Amino acid sequence: MGRYVVRRLGQMVVVLLGATMILFACLFVIPGDPVGSLAGSDKARDPAVIAQLHQRYGLDDPLAVQYGNYIKRLVQGDMGEDFTQRRPVSEILAPKLVNTAKLAVVAIVFDMVIGMLVGVVAALRRYSLLDTVVTLATTIVVGFPTFVIGMLLLNTFAVQLKWVPVIGDPGDPKQIILPALTLALVDAALVARLTRGTMLEILRADYVKTAVAKGVPRRQVLLKHVLRNSVIPVITYIGISFGTLLGGALITEVIFNWDGVGMAMNTAVQQQNNPIIIGVATWGVLIFVLLNLLVDLLYAVLDPRIRLG
Amino acid sequence: MKKTVDDAPGAGAAADTLKAEAPDGPDTPLLQVDDLHVEFKTRDGVARAVNGVSYSVDAGETLAVLGESGSGKSVTAQAIMGILDTPPGRIAGGRVLYRGEDLLTMGEEQRRSIRGRKISMIFQDALSALNPVFSVGWQLGEVFRVHQGMSKKDAKAKAVELMERVRIPAARERVNDYPHQFSGGMRQRIMIAMALALEPDLIIADEPTTALDVTVQAQIMDLLAELQREYRMGLILITHDLGVVADVADKIAVMYAGRIVETAPVHELYKNPAHPYTKGLLQSIPRLDQKGQELYAIKGLPPSLLRIPSGCAFNPRCPRAQEVCTTELPVLQPVTDADGADLPGRRSACHFWKETVRG
Repeated sequence: MGRYVVRRLGQMVVVLLGATMILFACLFVIPGDPVGSLAGSDKARDPAVIAQLHQRYGLDDPLAVQYGNYIKRLVQGDMGEDFTQRRPVSEILAPKLVNTAKLAVVAIVFDMVIGMLVGVVAALRRYSLLDTVVTLATTIVVGFPTFVIGMLLLNTFAVQLKWVPVIGDPGDPKQIILPALTLALVDAALVARLTRGTMLEILRADYVKTAVAKGVPRRQVLLKHVLRNSVIPVITYIGISFGTLLGGALITEVIFNWDGVGMAMNTAVQQQNNPIIIGVATWGVLIFVLLNLLVDLLYAVLDPRIRLG
Repeated sequence: MKKTVDDAPGAGAAADTLKAEAPDGPDTPLLQVDDLHVEFKTRDGVARAVNGVSYSVDAGETLAVLGESGSGKSVTAQAIMGILDTPPGRIAGGRVLYRGEDLLTMGEEQRRSIRGRKISMIFQDALSALNPVFSVGWQLGEVFRVHQGMSKKDAKAKAVELMERVRIPAARERVNDYPHQFSGGMRQRIMIAMALALEPDLIIADEPTTALDVTVQAQIMDLLAELQREYRMGLILITHDLGVVADVADKIAVMYAGRIVETAPVHELYKNPAHPYTKGLLQSIPRLDQKGQELYAIKGLPPSLLRIPSGCAFNPRCPRAQEVCTTELPVLQPVTDADGADLPGRRSACHFWKETVRG
């Protein structure tokens, strides 16, 4: 187990290097000068200032050198300095990461609770009207892009019904409900379908028949024998879906004016603020890989047949 | 009841006590299946899996139910246990009497208290019949926790006892192991231990040795037979393997396309079958003294349960089939000897049982 974790962390370094390298290359070939806007408007641009800024950020160095310098600083915990505020990237991103983490955690809770509950109920009432409605509704939800869901929710619950303010006090816990729901809904629909399918399969399993034949009450058969086995693929899925969640956060945060990394990323892309873009991506990869490791470890705990090694 | 009340007064009193003991009197079989019908709804129509099966088992008795896959032998067992998949399955008629009480009409809670406590079941493939994510000790202990409200700790101690009872080595060390960590034979022992836990009156073993190596098969059958004798349990042994049956069964019911086609005490069936299907099954057992000869096989395939042939379901494959076999369903009738006296326990559902048994 210990060796497995070490090996996986080693793999994480490789993934991190690969992801940042690709990103670096992409930003390098994008047309336009990242410091252009810093140097003033198009007409009043002073070539001397631009040259100075280029030197300050090492933008004239070859790609490999820039990348090497970035990695060298990253190892020391330094993510560089951003172009607009000239503050350390890590300092800018820290509070935004906390905000996004809050949103993500609430979204995952929604995701699991709604998804699994709906899936379990649909499986237990298979072929009923309720089951048909769930199948239909989940299909529709999965087909909707995040920004449409976000705006629909915002319009319905904030503008029409006025249950929550459109833009409210950031400290108000009610504020998080709509963005988290927006972020969770597509995944919740997928989790619901996955749970339903797994559950139906497991309900037919021989060991469920054994449990019934032993005289175990139905409730207990479902809660212990069926649910415990159904949860395994769902947990795995939620780990993987975290990537989509981060992607969705970008759009959701912009719609709901949520001051997280998604919003930071959105602004940074518009301003060609490369250090922030790379900083967010680095964090994203790091968290994604760590979460997947956690899921794999959890998987081994839930299913004794899995031995990590 | 054979005695009538208008006999001598003493006999009348005896009859009364018999009546008082009913439905659990000495005349009532431990388990009696009576004209059971089970069907499955499928995309292509209704599959009639069981079409009027009747059999009974007494305490200490072993009934072997023999048949190919699709003959309805397992479905009958699942109907007795109440573990049919419904839907698509449906019990279309009949009764299952346990000590005279109909399991099919009793309340779910009452039936649940019988399952695993009075009647228990051993499945074919112990690997899939045991839950992969719980330890065997937990699963064995569950029987005690559910039926006797035993604490986790006591139930685990009981589990160790049971594992020792079915001779699993190092039971104490292995009680927390998971099913996949045991060999096939050991897993089947755990299944047996689980079925045996509360010393039930009846065990239904559905192909208990089919998934095992031949050497292990014999050990498992011996263990099962030994425990059955010790606890005087009734045993319904479902199998397609004539070799397994010979040593342990008292009587045999042969099933084909959802019906019983022949019943007989075990040795008489082997000696002198009264149904062409049974005869075919016996002939298809490989024998050492026929080495080098081509193996006998019953021609054709078992019928689709969606379209069971009219008349006798076996008629398209039967070497003896006549006109009447395609039109008239043969009933299960007593088999008699040459003098016309009933042979006890022997019945055949063949229009030409006389020719089969004597020719």
